[in-house]
Amino acid sequence: MSPRPHFGDPPPGPFRRDFWRSPLRGPWLASLLGSALLPLIVICALTGFASHVAYYPELGDNAIVDPGGIGFDLYFFDWPTSPSWLYALTQGLHVISGVAAIPILLAKLWSAMPKLFEWPPVRSLAHMLDRASLALLVGGSLFVFFTGIFNVQNWYPWGFSFVPAHYYGAFVFLAALVLHLVIKVPVVLRSFRERGVIAPLRDDLAHTEPEPPAEDTTAPHSPAAPTMSRRGLVATIGAGSLGLAVIAAGQSIGGPLRRLAILAPRGGATGSGPNDFAVNKTAAAAQIRDRWVDASWRLTVRGPTTIELSRADLLAMTQSTESLPIACVEGWSTTQSWTGVPLRDLAALAGAESEAVATVESLQRFGSFRAATLSAGQVADPRSLLALRVNGVDLSPDHGFPARVIVPAAPGVHNTKWVASIDFTVA
Amino acid sequence: MEGLRARYGAGPLHLLAAIASFAVATYAFLEIADGTAPLSFVLWFAGAVVAHDLLAFPLYSLLGLIAGGASQAGGELGRRTLNHVRIPALLSAFAFVVWFPFILGVSEATYADASGRSTDPYLGRWLLLTAALFAISALVLALRLRRARARGLATDPPSPRNPR
Repeated sequence: MSPRPHFGDPPPGPFRRDFWRSPLRGPWLASLLGSALLPLIVICALTGFASHVAYYPELGDNAIVDPGGIGFDLYFFDWPTSPSWLYALTQGLHVISGVAAIPILLAKLWSAMPKLFEWPPVRSLAHMLDRASLALLVGGSLFVFFTGIFNVQNWYPWGFSFVPAHYYGAFVFLAALVLHLVIKVPVVLRSFRERGVIAPLRDDLAHTEPEPPAEDTTAPHSPAAPTMSRRGLVATIGAGSLGLAVIAAGQSIGGPLRRLAILAPRGGATGSGPNDFAVNKTAAAAQIRDRWVDASWRLTVRGPTTIELSRADLLAMTQSTESLPIACVEGWSTTQSWTGVPLRDLAALAGAESEAVATVESLQRFGSFRAATLSAGQVADPRSLLALRVNGVDLSPDHGFPARVIVPAAPGVHNTKWVASIDFTVA
Repeated sequence: MEGLRARYGAGPLHLLAAIASFAVATYAFLEIADGTAPLSFVLWFAGAVVAHDLLAFPLYSLLGLIAGGASQAGGELGRRTLNHVRIPALLSAFAFVVWFPFILGVSEATYADASGRSTDPYLGRWLLLTAALFAISALVLALRLRRARARGLATDPPSPRNPR
Protein backbone atom coordinates (compact mmCIF):
# COMPACT_ATOMS: atom_id res chain seq x y z
CA MET A 1 0.00 0.00 0.00
CA SER A 2 1.71 3.16 -1.15
CA PRO A 3 1.17 6.38 0.76
CA ARG A 4 -1.44 8.76 -0.63
CA PRO A 5 0.14 11.17 -3.11
CA HIS A 6 0.04 14.77 -2.04
CA PHE A 7 0.80 18.11 -3.60
CA GLY A 8 4.52 18.53 -4.31
CA ASP A 9 5.22 14.84 -4.90
CA PRO A 10 7.05 14.18 -8.15
CA PRO A 11 4.90 12.81 -10.95
CA PRO A 12 5.50 9.16 -11.80
CA GLY A 13 8.33 8.15 -14.10
CA PRO A 14 11.77 9.72 -14.38
CA PHE A 15 10.90 12.49 -11.88
CA ARG A 16 10.94 9.86 -9.09
CA ARG A 17 14.33 9.02 -7.67
CA ASP A 18 13.69 5.26 -7.69
CA PHE A 19 13.22 5.38 -11.49
CA TRP A 20 17.01 5.61 -11.96
CA ARG A 21 18.51 2.24 -11.17
CA SER A 22 22.04 2.09 -12.54
CA PRO A 23 24.36 1.32 -9.61
CA LEU A 24 27.26 3.08 -11.35
CA ARG A 25 25.80 6.60 -11.46
CA GLY A 26 26.93 9.04 -8.83
CA PRO A 27 29.19 11.99 -8.07
CA TRP A 28 32.43 9.99 -8.35
CA LEU A 29 31.66 8.68 -11.85
CA ALA A 30 30.54 12.13 -13.02
CA SER A 31 33.70 13.62 -11.50
CA LEU A 32 35.98 11.15 -13.25
CA LEU A 33 34.28 11.57 -16.63
CA GLY A 34 34.28 15.36 -16.25
CA SER A 35 37.97 15.33 -15.34
CA ALA A 36 38.74 13.26 -18.44
CA LEU A 37 36.63 15.50 -20.65
CA LEU A 38 37.97 18.84 -19.46
CA PRO A 39 41.53 18.57 -20.89
CA LEU A 40 40.11 17.57 -24.28
CA ILE A 41 37.77 20.56 -24.24
CA VAL A 42 40.64 22.88 -23.27
CA ILE A 43 42.83 21.56 -26.13
CA CYS A 44 39.92 21.80 -28.55
CA ALA A 45 39.05 25.36 -27.50
CA LEU A 46 42.62 26.70 -27.51
CA THR A 47 43.42 25.19 -30.91
CA GLY A 48 40.10 26.48 -32.25
CA PHE A 49 40.83 30.05 -31.19
CA ALA A 50 44.39 29.63 -32.52
CA SER A 51 42.88 28.76 -35.89
CA HIS A 52 40.90 31.99 -35.82
CA VAL A 53 44.21 33.87 -35.40
CA ALA A 54 45.91 31.81 -38.13
CA TYR A 55 43.41 33.15 -40.69
CA TYR A 56 44.64 36.72 -40.12
CA PRO A 57 41.04 37.97 -40.01
CA GLU A 58 42.21 41.59 -39.78
CA LEU A 59 43.72 41.47 -43.31
CA GLY A 60 41.78 42.05 -46.52
CA ASP A 61 38.64 39.96 -46.80
CA ASN A 62 40.08 37.13 -44.69
CA ALA A 63 37.53 37.44 -41.88
CA ILE A 64 34.97 34.63 -41.94
CA VAL A 65 33.58 35.58 -38.57
CA ASP A 66 32.30 39.13 -38.77
CA PRO A 67 34.19 41.13 -36.12
CA GLY A 68 30.68 42.24 -35.13
CA GLY A 69 29.35 44.84 -32.77
CA ILE A 70 32.36 45.15 -30.49
CA GLY A 71 34.50 46.18 -33.44
CA PHE A 72 37.73 44.49 -32.42
CA ASP A 73 39.17 41.02 -32.33
CA LEU A 74 40.07 39.33 -29.08
CA TYR A 75 43.59 38.34 -30.07
CA PHE A 76 46.89 40.10 -29.86
CA PHE A 77 49.54 38.06 -31.62
CA ASP A 78 50.65 37.36 -35.18
CA TRP A 79 50.40 33.78 -36.42
CA PRO A 80 53.97 32.64 -37.17
CA THR A 81 55.32 30.71 -40.19
CA SER A 82 57.59 28.49 -38.05
CA PRO A 83 57.50 25.65 -37.42
CA SER A 84 55.96 24.94 -40.82
CA TRP A 85 53.84 22.14 -39.31
CA LEU A 86 52.34 24.42 -36.62
CA TYR A 87 48.87 24.65 -38.17
CA ALA A 88 48.92 20.94 -39.06
CA LEU A 89 49.57 20.29 -35.37
CA THR A 90 47.03 22.70 -33.88
CA GLN A 91 44.24 21.87 -36.27
CA GLY A 92 45.01 18.14 -36.16
CA LEU A 93 44.72 18.35 -32.37
CA HIS A 94 41.50 20.36 -32.70
CA VAL A 95 39.76 17.64 -34.69
CA ILE A 96 41.33 14.68 -32.86
CA SER A 97 40.46 16.07 -29.41
CA GLY A 98 36.95 16.96 -30.57
CA VAL A 99 36.30 13.49 -31.95
CA ALA A 100 37.91 11.77 -28.94
CA ALA A 101 35.68 13.81 -26.60
CA ILE A 102 32.45 12.38 -28.04
CA PRO A 103 32.32 9.04 -26.13
CA ILE A 104 33.26 10.78 -22.87
CA LEU A 105 30.73 13.56 -23.45
CA LEU A 106 27.95 11.04 -24.14
CA ALA A 107 28.92 9.03 -21.03
CA LYS A 108 28.98 12.23 -18.99
CA LEU A 109 25.49 13.14 -20.21
CA TRP A 110 24.31 9.62 -19.37
CA SER A 111 25.74 9.92 -15.87
CA ALA A 112 23.99 13.26 -15.28
CA MET A 113 20.66 12.41 -16.91
CA PRO A 114 18.62 12.14 -13.64
CA LYS A 115 19.36 15.85 -13.12
CA LEU A 116 17.18 16.66 -16.14
CA PHE A 117 14.19 15.30 -14.22
CA GLU A 118 14.77 17.01 -10.88
CA TRP A 119 11.73 17.61 -8.72
CA PRO A 120 10.68 20.25 -7.88
CA PRO A 121 11.88 21.72 -11.18
CA VAL A 122 12.94 24.98 -9.56
CA ARG A 123 13.93 25.37 -5.92
CA SER A 124 15.42 28.85 -5.90
CA LEU A 125 16.68 31.60 -8.18
CA ALA A 126 20.18 30.08 -8.05
CA HIS A 127 18.77 26.67 -8.94
CA MET A 128 16.85 28.15 -11.85
CA LEU A 129 20.00 29.84 -13.19
CA ASP A 130 21.90 26.55 -12.76
CA ARG A 131 19.35 24.68 -14.81
CA ALA A 132 19.17 27.35 -17.53
CA SER A 133 22.95 27.29 -17.72
CA LEU A 134 22.95 23.48 -17.90
CA ALA A 135 20.63 23.73 -20.90
CA LEU A 136 23.23 25.99 -22.55
CA LEU A 137 26.00 23.61 -21.49
CA VAL A 138 24.34 20.50 -22.91
CA GLY A 139 23.03 22.25 -26.01
CA GLY A 140 26.32 24.09 -26.48
CA SER A 141 28.49 21.00 -26.16
CA LEU A 142 26.37 18.97 -28.59
CA PHE A 143 26.05 21.93 -30.97
CA VAL A 144 29.75 22.77 -31.07
CA PHE A 145 31.02 19.20 -31.30
CA PHE A 146 28.50 18.04 -33.87
CA THR A 147 28.63 21.11 -36.11
CA GLY A 148 32.39 20.53 -36.20
CA ILE A 149 31.98 16.83 -36.94
CA PHE A 150 29.46 17.51 -39.71
CA ASN A 151 31.67 20.23 -41.18
CA VAL A 152 34.66 17.90 -41.57
CA GLN A 153 32.29 15.60 -43.49
CA ASN A 154 31.14 18.51 -45.68
CA TRP A 155 27.55 18.06 -44.47
CA TYR A 156 25.62 21.29 -43.94
CA PRO A 157 22.00 20.46 -43.12
CA TRP A 158 21.33 23.90 -41.61
CA GLY A 159 20.62 27.48 -42.68
CA PHE A 160 23.35 29.31 -40.77
CA SER A 161 26.89 29.71 -41.95
CA PHE A 162 29.14 27.19 -40.23
CA VAL A 163 32.16 29.15 -39.03
CA PRO A 164 30.41 31.97 -37.12
CA ALA A 165 27.89 29.52 -35.62
CA HIS A 166 30.65 27.12 -34.51
CA TYR A 167 32.70 30.05 -33.18
CA TYR A 168 29.96 31.86 -31.23
CA GLY A 169 28.39 28.54 -30.23
CA ALA A 170 31.72 27.83 -28.53
CA PHE A 171 31.37 31.10 -26.58
CA VAL A 172 27.97 29.98 -25.27
CA PHE A 173 29.31 26.50 -24.44
CA LEU A 174 32.48 27.73 -22.72
CA ALA A 175 30.63 30.43 -20.75
CA ALA A 176 28.24 27.78 -19.41
CA LEU A 177 31.19 25.45 -18.78
CA VAL A 178 32.98 28.03 -16.61
CA LEU A 179 29.87 28.44 -14.44
CA HIS A 180 29.55 24.65 -14.28
CA LEU A 181 33.17 24.40 -13.10
CA VAL A 182 32.66 27.09 -10.44
CA ILE A 183 29.75 25.06 -9.08
CA LYS A 184 31.15 21.56 -9.56
CA VAL A 185 34.87 21.73 -8.81
CA PRO A 186 34.18 21.59 -5.03
CA VAL A 187 31.89 18.57 -5.62
CA VAL A 188 34.61 16.85 -7.68
CA LEU A 189 37.27 17.54 -5.06
CA ARG A 190 35.03 16.26 -2.26
CA SER A 191 34.19 13.13 -4.21
CA PHE A 192 37.83 12.39 -5.01
CA ARG A 193 38.79 13.06 -1.38
CA GLU A 194 36.12 10.70 -0.07
CA ARG A 195 36.45 7.88 -2.59
CA GLY A 196 39.90 8.41 -4.15
CA VAL A 197 40.54 9.50 -7.72
CA ILE A 198 40.99 6.04 -9.20
CA ALA A 199 40.44 3.76 -6.19
CA PRO A 200 36.89 2.78 -7.34
CA LEU A 201 38.49 1.42 -10.53
CA ARG A 202 40.14 -1.35 -8.52
CA ASP A 203 36.79 -2.97 -7.72
CA ASP A 204 35.81 -5.88 -9.92
CA LEU A 205 32.16 -6.65 -10.63
CA ALA A 206 31.70 -8.63 -7.41
CA HIS A 207 32.90 -5.65 -5.39
CA THR A 208 31.06 -2.92 -7.30
CA GLU A 209 28.88 -1.03 -4.83
CA PRO A 210 26.58 1.92 -5.53
CA GLU A 211 27.62 5.33 -4.24
CA PRO A 212 25.64 6.44 -1.15
CA PRO A 213 22.33 8.00 -2.25
CA ALA A 214 22.80 11.51 -0.83
CA GLU A 215 19.86 13.83 -1.49
CA ASP A 216 21.21 16.16 -4.17
CA THR A 217 23.24 13.63 -6.19
CA THR A 218 22.67 11.25 -9.08
CA ALA A 219 23.55 8.21 -6.94
CA PRO A 220 20.59 5.77 -7.18
CA HIS A 221 18.06 5.38 -4.33
CA SER A 222 17.09 1.88 -5.43
CA PRO A 223 20.04 0.52 -7.38
CA ALA A 224 19.84 -2.59 -9.53
CA ALA A 225 22.54 -5.24 -9.24
CA PRO A 226 25.58 -4.19 -11.27
CA THR A 227 26.19 -5.87 -14.60
CA MET A 228 29.42 -4.01 -15.26
CA SER A 229 32.15 -2.75 -12.98
CA ARG A 230 33.15 0.91 -12.93
CA ARG A 231 36.46 0.01 -14.50
CA GLY A 232 34.61 -1.94 -17.19
CA LEU A 233 32.56 1.15 -18.02
CA VAL A 234 35.53 3.52 -17.88
CA ALA A 235 37.66 1.15 -20.00
CA THR A 236 34.89 0.91 -22.60
CA ILE A 237 34.48 4.68 -22.83
CA GLY A 238 38.27 5.09 -22.88
CA ALA A 239 38.60 2.52 -25.66
CA GLY A 240 35.91 4.34 -27.66
CA SER A 241 37.67 7.65 -27.20
CA LEU A 242 41.12 6.28 -28.02
CA GLY A 243 39.82 4.29 -30.96
CA LEU A 244 38.11 7.34 -32.48
CA ALA A 245 41.31 9.34 -31.93
CA VAL A 246 43.38 6.70 -33.73
CA ILE A 247 41.10 6.46 -36.74
CA ALA A 248 41.17 10.26 -37.03
CA ALA A 249 44.84 10.91 -36.24
CA GLY A 250 46.23 9.14 -39.30
CA GLN A 251 44.93 11.84 -41.64
CA SER A 252 46.98 14.44 -39.72
CA ILE A 253 50.11 12.43 -39.01
CA GLY A 254 50.28 10.78 -42.41
CA GLY A 255 52.69 8.04 -43.41
CA PRO A 256 51.53 4.48 -42.78
CA LEU A 257 49.09 5.74 -40.12
CA ARG A 258 46.97 7.32 -42.88
CA ARG A 259 45.81 3.82 -43.83
CA LEU A 260 44.49 3.33 -40.28
CA ALA A 261 42.33 6.46 -40.54
CA ILE A 262 39.59 4.40 -42.17
CA LEU A 263 36.65 6.68 -41.27
CA ALA A 264 38.43 10.05 -41.50
CA PRO A 265 37.70 12.36 -44.47
CA ARG A 266 41.23 12.13 -45.95
CA GLY A 267 42.27 8.79 -44.46
CA GLY A 268 42.65 5.41 -46.07
CA ALA A 269 44.97 4.47 -48.92
CA THR A 270 45.98 6.97 -51.63
CA GLY A 271 47.62 6.41 -55.01
CA SER A 272 51.40 6.60 -55.32
CA GLY A 273 51.70 9.19 -58.13
CA PRO A 274 53.36 12.58 -57.46
CA ASN A 275 49.96 14.34 -57.49
CA ASP A 276 48.09 11.62 -55.56
CA PHE A 277 47.56 13.40 -52.28
CA ALA A 278 44.53 14.93 -50.59
CA VAL A 279 42.58 17.67 -52.35
CA ASN A 280 40.39 20.29 -50.66
CA LYS A 281 38.56 21.61 -53.71
CA THR A 282 38.64 20.01 -57.15
CA ALA A 283 39.17 22.02 -60.33
CA ALA A 284 35.76 20.83 -61.49
CA ALA A 285 34.07 22.07 -58.31
CA ALA A 286 35.85 25.43 -58.65
CA GLN A 287 34.67 25.55 -62.29
CA ILE A 288 38.14 26.20 -63.69
CA ARG A 289 37.91 26.21 -67.52
CA ASP A 290 40.66 24.55 -69.57
CA ARG A 291 41.14 27.66 -71.72
CA TRP A 292 41.88 29.79 -68.64
CA VAL A 293 44.87 27.63 -67.75
CA ASP A 294 46.38 26.92 -71.19
CA ALA A 295 49.48 28.65 -72.63
CA SER A 296 47.58 31.98 -72.70
CA TRP A 297 47.52 32.12 -68.85
CA ARG A 298 49.34 35.11 -67.38
CA LEU A 299 50.04 35.92 -63.76
CA THR A 300 49.42 39.57 -62.92
CA VAL A 301 51.70 40.90 -60.18
CA ARG A 302 50.74 44.35 -58.89
CA GLY A 303 52.87 46.59 -56.72
CA PRO A 304 54.36 49.99 -57.43
CA THR A 305 54.86 48.46 -60.89
CA THR A 306 52.53 45.97 -62.53
CA ILE A 307 53.93 43.03 -64.47
CA GLU A 308 52.50 40.06 -66.32
CA LEU A 309 54.32 36.76 -66.31
CA SER A 310 53.70 33.60 -68.32
CA ARG A 311 54.33 30.20 -66.79
CA ALA A 312 57.54 30.01 -68.86
CA ASP A 313 58.64 33.38 -67.40
CA LEU A 314 58.04 32.04 -63.90
CA LEU A 315 59.92 28.80 -64.62
CA ALA A 316 62.84 30.88 -65.92
CA MET A 317 63.15 32.63 -62.53
CA THR A 318 65.25 31.14 -59.71
CA GLN A 319 63.31 28.15 -58.36
CA SER A 320 63.13 27.05 -54.74
CA THR A 321 62.07 23.64 -53.48
CA GLU A 322 60.48 23.35 -50.03
CA SER A 323 58.89 20.48 -48.15
CA LEU A 324 55.72 21.97 -46.67
CA PRO A 325 52.37 20.69 -45.44
CA ILE A 326 48.94 21.63 -46.66
CA ALA A 327 47.04 21.64 -43.38
CA CYS A 328 43.26 21.85 -43.61
CA VAL A 329 41.02 23.40 -40.98
CA GLU A 330 39.14 20.09 -41.20
CA GLY A 331 42.06 18.38 -39.48
CA TRP A 332 43.89 16.59 -42.28
CA SER A 333 47.30 17.47 -43.60
CA THR A 334 49.74 16.25 -46.21
CA THR A 335 53.39 17.26 -46.61
CA GLN A 336 54.76 17.47 -50.15
CA SER A 337 57.82 18.81 -51.93
CA TRP A 338 56.89 22.03 -53.74
CA THR A 339 58.96 23.87 -56.37
CA GLY A 340 58.37 27.44 -57.51
CA VAL A 341 59.21 31.10 -57.08
CA PRO A 342 59.50 32.60 -53.58
CA LEU A 343 56.74 35.16 -53.03
CA ARG A 344 59.26 37.72 -51.84
CA ASP A 345 61.07 37.51 -55.22
CA LEU A 346 57.78 38.38 -56.93
CA ALA A 347 57.30 41.23 -54.45
CA ALA A 348 60.77 42.56 -55.31
CA LEU A 349 59.99 42.26 -59.01
CA ALA A 350 56.94 44.47 -58.54
CA GLY A 351 58.98 46.93 -56.49
CA ALA A 352 56.99 46.25 -53.30
CA GLU A 353 58.38 47.19 -49.90
CA SER A 354 59.39 44.56 -47.40
CA GLU A 355 56.36 45.12 -45.13
CA ALA A 356 53.88 44.59 -47.97
CA VAL A 357 51.00 42.17 -47.56
CA ALA A 358 49.87 40.12 -50.55
CA THR A 359 46.32 39.58 -51.73
CA VAL A 360 46.26 36.48 -53.88
CA GLU A 361 43.29 35.97 -56.17
CA SER A 362 42.26 32.77 -57.90
CA LEU A 363 40.84 32.18 -61.37
CA GLN A 364 37.91 30.68 -59.49
CA ARG A 365 34.97 33.04 -60.06
CA PHE A 366 32.62 32.13 -57.22
CA GLY A 367 32.70 30.48 -53.84
CA SER A 368 34.53 30.93 -50.58
CA PHE A 369 38.32 31.33 -50.35
CA ARG A 370 38.75 32.43 -53.98
CA ALA A 371 41.13 35.07 -52.56
CA ALA A 372 43.27 35.38 -49.45
CA THR A 373 45.49 38.08 -48.01
CA LEU A 374 48.86 36.94 -46.66
CA SER A 375 50.63 38.87 -43.91
CA ALA A 376 53.96 40.68 -44.41
CA GLY A 377 55.64 37.97 -42.34
CA GLN A 378 54.15 35.23 -44.52
CA VAL A 379 55.28 37.00 -47.72
CA ALA A 380 58.78 37.62 -46.34
CA ASP A 381 59.38 33.98 -45.34
CA PRO A 382 61.74 32.56 -48.00
CA ARG A 383 59.83 29.24 -47.91
CA SER A 384 56.57 30.87 -49.05
CA LEU A 385 56.25 29.96 -52.71
CA LEU A 386 54.20 30.46 -55.78
CA ALA A 387 54.51 26.75 -56.56
CA LEU A 388 54.54 25.53 -60.16
CA ARG A 389 55.54 21.95 -59.55
CA VAL A 390 55.09 19.32 -56.86
CA ASN A 391 57.23 16.22 -56.24
CA GLY A 392 59.17 16.92 -59.43
CA VAL A 393 56.22 17.21 -61.84
CA ASP A 394 53.78 19.93 -62.88
CA LEU A 395 50.88 20.56 -60.52
CA SER A 396 47.76 18.61 -61.47
CA PRO A 397 44.58 20.61 -62.19
CA ASP A 398 43.14 19.67 -58.77
CA HIS A 399 46.29 20.92 -57.04
CA GLY A 400 46.11 24.32 -58.71
CA PHE A 401 47.80 24.21 -62.15
CA PRO A 402 49.22 26.50 -63.51
CA ALA A 403 50.36 27.95 -60.15
CA ARG A 404 49.38 27.89 -56.50
CA VAL A 405 50.53 29.46 -53.27
CA ILE A 406 52.10 27.43 -50.48
CA VAL A 407 52.93 29.17 -47.19
CA PRO A 408 54.42 27.47 -44.11
CA ALA A 409 51.97 27.04 -41.20
CA ALA A 410 49.12 28.81 -43.02
CA PRO A 411 45.59 27.36 -43.02
CA GLY A 412 45.13 25.19 -46.13
CA VAL A 413 42.60 27.47 -47.84
CA HIS A 414 45.04 30.39 -47.74
CA ASN A 415 47.26 28.45 -50.14
CA THR A 416 45.27 29.82 -53.08
CA LYS A 417 45.09 27.56 -56.15
CA TRP A 418 44.81 28.51 -59.87
CA VAL A 419 46.37 31.89 -59.06
CA ALA A 420 45.35 34.75 -61.35
CA SER A 421 46.94 37.73 -59.61
CA ILE A 422 48.96 38.84 -56.62
CA ASP A 423 48.61 42.37 -55.23
CA PHE A 424 51.39 43.62 -52.98
CA THR A 425 50.20 46.53 -50.86
CA VAL A 426 51.43 48.18 -47.69
CA ALA A 427 48.63 47.84 -45.15
CA MET B 1 25.48 36.27 3.81
CA GLU B 2 22.94 33.84 5.28
CA GLY B 3 20.26 36.16 3.96
CA LEU B 4 21.64 35.85 0.44
CA ARG B 5 21.79 32.06 0.71
CA ALA B 6 18.22 31.90 1.92
CA ARG B 7 16.83 34.27 -0.69
CA TYR B 8 19.03 33.38 -3.68
CA GLY B 9 19.80 29.73 -2.98
CA ALA B 10 23.59 29.89 -3.29
CA GLY B 11 26.60 31.97 -2.31
CA PRO B 12 27.84 35.26 -3.80
CA LEU B 13 30.46 33.61 -6.05
CA HIS B 14 27.67 31.64 -7.73
CA LEU B 15 25.71 34.83 -8.39
CA LEU B 16 28.67 36.69 -9.91
CA ALA B 17 29.78 33.70 -12.01
CA ALA B 18 26.21 33.22 -13.25
CA ILE B 19 25.88 36.87 -14.30
CA ALA B 20 29.25 36.77 -16.12
CA SER B 21 28.36 33.49 -17.82
CA PHE B 22 24.98 34.66 -19.08
CA ALA B 23 26.48 37.98 -20.19
CA VAL B 24 28.97 36.16 -22.45
CA ALA B 25 26.26 33.82 -23.76
CA THR B 26 24.02 36.79 -24.54
CA TYR B 27 26.88 38.58 -26.32
CA ALA B 28 27.53 35.49 -28.45
CA PHE B 29 23.83 35.20 -29.25
CA LEU B 30 23.66 38.86 -30.33
CA GLU B 31 26.56 38.24 -32.71
CA ILE B 32 24.71 35.21 -34.09
CA ALA B 33 21.47 37.18 -34.37
CA ASP B 34 23.41 39.74 -36.39
CA GLY B 35 24.54 37.09 -38.87
CA THR B 36 22.92 34.53 -41.11
CA ALA B 37 19.84 32.56 -40.07
CA PRO B 38 19.75 33.08 -36.28
CA LEU B 39 16.51 31.07 -36.09
CA SER B 40 18.25 28.08 -37.62
CA PHE B 41 21.00 28.46 -34.99
CA VAL B 42 18.48 28.43 -32.14
CA LEU B 43 16.59 25.49 -33.63
CA TRP B 44 19.76 23.42 -34.00
CA PHE B 45 20.92 24.40 -30.53
CA ALA B 46 17.64 23.37 -28.91
CA GLY B 47 17.22 20.48 -31.35
CA ALA B 48 20.54 19.02 -30.20
CA VAL B 49 19.23 18.86 -26.63
CA VAL B 50 15.93 17.32 -27.70
CA ALA B 51 17.65 14.83 -30.03
CA HIS B 52 19.96 13.67 -27.25
CA ASP B 53 17.81 13.89 -24.11
CA LEU B 54 14.42 12.90 -25.47
CA LEU B 55 15.33 10.65 -28.43
CA ALA B 56 18.83 9.15 -28.23
CA PHE B 57 18.89 8.63 -24.46
CA PRO B 58 15.49 6.86 -24.19
CA LEU B 59 16.30 4.81 -27.29
CA TYR B 60 19.65 3.49 -26.10
CA SER B 61 18.27 3.00 -22.57
CA LEU B 62 15.50 0.87 -24.05
CA LEU B 63 18.02 -1.17 -26.04
CA GLY B 64 20.01 -1.58 -22.84
CA LEU B 65 16.95 -2.78 -20.94
CA ILE B 66 16.12 -5.28 -23.69
CA ALA B 67 19.69 -6.58 -23.68
CA GLY B 68 19.65 -6.79 -19.87
CA GLY B 69 16.33 -8.65 -19.88
CA ALA B 70 17.50 -11.10 -22.52
CA SER B 71 20.69 -11.65 -20.57
CA GLN B 72 18.82 -12.42 -17.37
CA ALA B 73 16.54 -14.83 -19.20
CA GLY B 74 19.64 -16.59 -20.48
CA GLY B 75 20.83 -17.67 -17.05
CA GLU B 76 24.54 -18.03 -16.31
CA LEU B 77 25.53 -18.03 -19.99
CA GLY B 78 23.33 -15.00 -20.64
CA ARG B 79 24.90 -13.14 -17.75
CA ARG B 80 28.38 -13.85 -19.07
CA THR B 81 27.44 -12.84 -22.62
CA LEU B 82 25.84 -9.44 -21.87
CA ASN B 83 28.97 -7.30 -21.88
CA HIS B 84 30.40 -9.16 -24.84
CA VAL B 85 27.43 -7.87 -26.83
CA ARG B 86 26.96 -4.38 -25.47
CA ILE B 87 30.63 -3.33 -25.40
CA PRO B 88 31.31 -3.94 -29.13
CA ALA B 89 27.84 -2.55 -29.88
CA LEU B 90 28.65 0.63 -27.94
CA LEU B 91 32.03 1.07 -29.64
CA SER B 92 30.46 0.56 -33.05
CA ALA B 93 27.75 3.07 -32.11
CA PHE B 94 30.39 5.67 -31.16
CA ALA B 95 31.99 5.34 -34.59
CA PHE B 96 28.55 5.63 -36.21
CA VAL B 97 27.54 8.70 -34.20
CA VAL B 98 30.68 10.53 -35.31
CA TRP B 99 30.91 9.41 -38.94
CA PHE B 100 27.29 8.74 -39.93
CA PRO B 101 27.14 11.47 -42.61
CA PHE B 102 29.86 9.53 -44.48
CA ILE B 103 28.55 6.07 -43.55
CA LEU B 104 25.06 6.93 -44.82
CA GLY B 105 26.49 8.93 -47.73
CA VAL B 106 24.33 12.01 -47.03
CA SER B 107 27.17 14.41 -47.90
CA GLU B 108 28.22 12.61 -51.10
CA ALA B 109 27.84 15.60 -53.44
CA THR B 110 29.69 18.17 -51.32
CA TYR B 111 32.36 15.66 -50.29
CA ALA B 112 33.00 14.64 -53.91
CA ASP B 113 33.29 18.32 -54.92
CA ALA B 114 35.75 18.99 -52.14
CA SER B 115 37.93 15.91 -52.21
CA GLY B 116 37.47 14.24 -55.60
CA ARG B 117 36.60 11.10 -53.63
CA SER B 118 33.34 9.30 -52.84
CA THR B 119 31.70 8.44 -49.51
CA ASP B 120 30.93 4.96 -50.92
CA PRO B 121 33.65 3.04 -49.03
CA TYR B 122 32.64 4.35 -45.61
CA LEU B 123 29.59 2.12 -45.03
CA GLY B 124 31.66 -0.96 -45.81
CA ARG B 125 34.53 0.21 -43.61
CA TRP B 126 32.19 0.82 -40.67
CA LEU B 127 30.56 -2.59 -41.14
CA LEU B 128 33.98 -4.27 -41.19
CA LEU B 129 35.00 -2.31 -38.08
CA THR B 130 31.79 -3.50 -36.40
CA ALA B 131 32.48 -7.07 -37.51
CA ALA B 132 36.03 -6.88 -36.13
CA LEU B 133 34.80 -5.54 -32.77
CA PHE B 134 32.24 -8.34 -32.40
CA ALA B 135 34.74 -10.96 -33.58
CA ILE B 136 37.30 -9.86 -30.99
CA SER B 137 34.59 -9.82 -28.32
CA ALA B 138 33.44 -13.32 -29.34
CA LEU B 139 37.01 -14.59 -29.20
CA VAL B 140 37.50 -13.22 -25.68
CA LEU B 141 34.15 -14.68 -24.60
CA ALA B 142 35.08 -18.09 -26.04
CA LEU B 143 38.38 -18.07 -24.14
CA ARG B 144 36.64 -17.04 -20.93
CA LEU B 145 33.98 -19.72 -21.26
CA ARG B 146 36.63 -22.33 -21.97
CA ARG B 147 38.55 -21.30 -18.89
CA ALA B 148 35.38 -21.35 -16.80
CA ARG B 149 34.45 -24.77 -18.16
CA ALA B 150 37.91 -26.07 -17.32
CA ARG B 151 37.34 -24.95 -13.75
CA GLY B 152 33.79 -26.25 -13.93
CA LEU B 153 30.91 -23.86 -14.34
CA ALA B 154 29.18 -25.37 -11.32
CA THR B 155 31.98 -24.42 -8.97
CA ASP B 156 32.12 -20.92 -10.44
CA PRO B 157 31.35 -18.30 -7.79
CA PRO B 158 27.68 -17.31 -7.79
CA SER B 159 26.80 -14.24 -9.78
CA PRO B 160 27.69 -11.08 -7.87
CA ARG B 161 24.89 -9.51 -5.91
CA ASN B 162 25.01 -6.65 -3.54
CA PRO B 163 24.34 -7.65 0.04
CA ARG B 164 21.04 -5.87 0.00
